[in-house]
Amino acid sequence: MKICVLVKEVPDAAVEKRINPSTGRLDRSGEKNLNPFDTHAIEAAMQLKEGGAIEVDEVVAVTMGAASAERALRKAVSLGADRAVQLTDDALAGSDVNGTGYALGKVLEAESPDLVLLGQQSDDGECYTIGAVVADHLQMPSLTQVIKIDVEDGKLRCERQAEYGYDTVLVELPAVISVGDAINEPRYPSLKAIMGAKKKPLDNKAISDAGIEPDRVGYDNARAHCSDFAAPPAKEAGRIIEDEDTAETVEQIVAWLDERKLLA
Amino acid sequence: MSGILVYALHYEGAFNKNSLGAVSEGARLAGELGTECHAIVVGEGVGDNLASQLGSYGASKVFRVEGPEGLAQPVVDAMAKVAADNDHDYLLFGGGLLGFEIGAGLAARLDAGVVMEVTEVEARDGKLVAKRPILKDSQVSDVHYRSKVGVIIGRLNAFEARETGGSATVEDVDVDFQPHSLRASMVNRGEQRGGDVNIEDADVLVAGGRGLGKAEGFEQLEELANALGGAVAATRAVVDAGWFPYAGQIGQTGKTVAPKLYLAAGISGAIQHKVGMQSSENIVAINKDSNAPIFEFSDLGVVGDLNKIVPKLTEAVRAKKNG
Repeated sequence: MKICVLVKEVPDAAVEKRINPSTGRLDRSGEKNLNPFDTHAIEAAMQLKEGGAIEVDEVVAVTMGAASAERALRKAVSLGADRAVQLTDDALAGSDVNGTGYALGKVLEAESPDLVLLGQQSDDGECYTIGAVVADHLQMPSLTQVIKIDVEDGKLRCERQAEYGYDTVLVELPAVISVGDAINEPRYPSLKAIMGAKKKPLDNKAISDAGIEPDRVGYDNARAHCSDFAAPPAKEAGRIIEDEDTAETVEQIVAWLDERKLLA
Repeated sequence: MSGILVYALHYEGAFNKNSLGAVSEGARLAGELGTECHAIVVGEGVGDNLASQLGSYGASKVFRVEGPEGLAQPVVDAMAKVAADNDHDYLLFGGGLLGFEIGAGLAARLDAGVVMEVTEVEARDGKLVAKRPILKDSQVSDVHYRSKVGVIIGRLNAFEARETGGSATVEDVDVDFQPHSLRASMVNRGEQRGGDVNIEDADVLVAGGRGLGKAEGFEQLEELANALGGAVAATRAVVDAGWFPYAGQIGQTGKTVAPKLYLAAGISGAIQHKVGMQSSENIVAINKDSNAPIFEFSDLGVVGDLNKIVPKLTEAVRAKKNG
């Protein structure tokens, strides 16, 4: 079977993220990296491939993003993907969840995967929803925030934490599954894998190659627009103690608690 | 007619508190827009008594659909049909995992704008505007819908449930589920992993996260909690890792608490955790990473190694109490 893993390039965790006031969109300049949650999705694909309970012929990393997203794709390949597909087009800039899910759905339709894996959330957008949007376009069963996948009679037995405790759900293939970071410990790529990643095929697509209708993507066609950014109601800044002398630190904490009558 | 349709999640004969909050919020907004708030419940053999309860929170009509429980896609089918038949303009969800999945599925199905983690909704010029915190809650954005239908997914605890004493008619709707919606099936729902712990009645909570490093890290938190006369709680990451029982988990898919003192040890302060404890009266955080988001909303932040600080703090608290 074929597994497609959706990956995303996100600003590096160390980069302060901000809104560009003139466009009302996230400023995506600065150092970039592969979304950390997506590394868990690739690892989950590799464990299915290596686990032997189901035959996996190919793992394909798929992204939509700027030209620079190629780096994130190469990293995905160095972690084990066999090849990569990159959807890049100026017409996609500023797409909302609706447009992004539609466009990724079109790319995936052409790949016709048996399983789509992705990280449960991106480090920047914090939306948690792309998997469910893509699944509806592909008309596949879907589950998000999965922390365990076992193969059972050609189906996936998935576990996740939901509102009332842990749920176990049996999902038939083809399916779309988003994974949480508790599902595995992603491996580090070997130097050989990093070098080899440059030689693996990378297929560049524009929206016309993927049959994406231009009037359904991009900022002007977004179904929701953000505006009027404001700082949230300010909470008074808390006091910060840098622990240098622990005895002194502890004394300060106890005094602080005592002032508030929390040690009564 | 137009109106607002609210999804009401239920489990073992009771509605989810966040769903009841969403119904109250839907009723308030419908009042401002001059329309009605309807609710929808999907499940196996939902009784009249349960369904009609939503009336007292502000729904004028409850659509009842017979279907599988605990999975999102059958609800997407049900809400897409009910919204199309009744011309609803807005689909509203309280916080929680299923709301995200259902709302996202509906955005695709109905080509609708969707906004998640919404903390406030306003009626302006006959339309709803959703307020959404972004960038780790450092900014709040107004989000405007540009589609016929708008999907609003609330943040956990954003909407308060208010019993107003109204009544609702219950209308049964038959839904032909899409084939893919029936290709996932619940094997086991709501499993409580780990022992039973009570964190909701405690005045003091000492909570541990991934920064504890290992399951044994909770032993020192138990000691500190004992000294402070409180209980121990945990983040989702360490519960998923099996270090602490699910019953003691704070946040999005766990408990919401507001003790007098919340002491967070080795917790970075992700939004999913924050939503479950931000109403605590006094928040103290110990974390070795000075950039951890928890310091943005703690009253006292201690940057340092919890393994050094916690045992000494326990001793000092005991000494102070005995002194």
